Amino acid sequence: MSDTPPQIKKSTNYVFVWGIFWVFATAGVAFGPKNLWNFNTWITIIAVVIHVGIGLVLIRALKQNLLAMDELHRKIHLDAMAWSLGIGLVLGCTYEMLEDIKLITFQPEIPHLILTMCLVYVAGVIQGIRKYQ
Amino acid sequence: MKNRLKVLRAERDWTQSDLANQLGVSRQTVNAIEKGKFDPSLPLACKIGRLFELPIEQVFQYD
Repeated sequence: MSDTPPQIKKSTNYVFVWGIFWVFATAGVAFGPKNLWNFNTWITIIAVVIHVGIGLVLIRALKQNLLAMDELHRKIHLDAMAWSLGIGLVLGCTYEMLEDIKLITFQPEIPHLILTMCLVYVAGVIQGIRKYQ
Repeated sequence: MKNRLKVLRAERDWTQSDLANQLGVSRQTVNAIEKGKFDPSLPLACKIGRLFELPIEQVFQYD
């Protein structure tokens, strides 16, 4: 989008950078205790605190990004978020029950839900941009 | 909601980008308003009216 205002570009870059940090922090918490510091409690606590801290900064960056948008783009993103949250809630509840009622044999995992919500969000944004073109 | 944005813009020989810059929104937003796909908020509608030096009801007409 060549006509994207500079303040949106700046806040989007900010979200991207903190998103990358958050992914690395998540990987650190997920794999570090076993592979890097042999379940040392204090290092694990520090890693978890850093992970939550970066997550909070990421949330703030996302909010700033939303506020920097003009009203049409804010609507597009809020609509996509509504779809993502709604589908995440509805499908998440159903998905969680599938193993209990023996329709699937594997344990439902949170990452599957997160991935679904991310895909729905991206699809929602693309659909919104196309709708208002 | 109908509007005369395209006509008013053409009268001043402004591009969508020119108008978008003056309003502080993206060109896509101006395009969506002109095509009637998106209704602006009251503050943005006021800003548009002020820019064209017209009352809002002479820019936007409720169907």
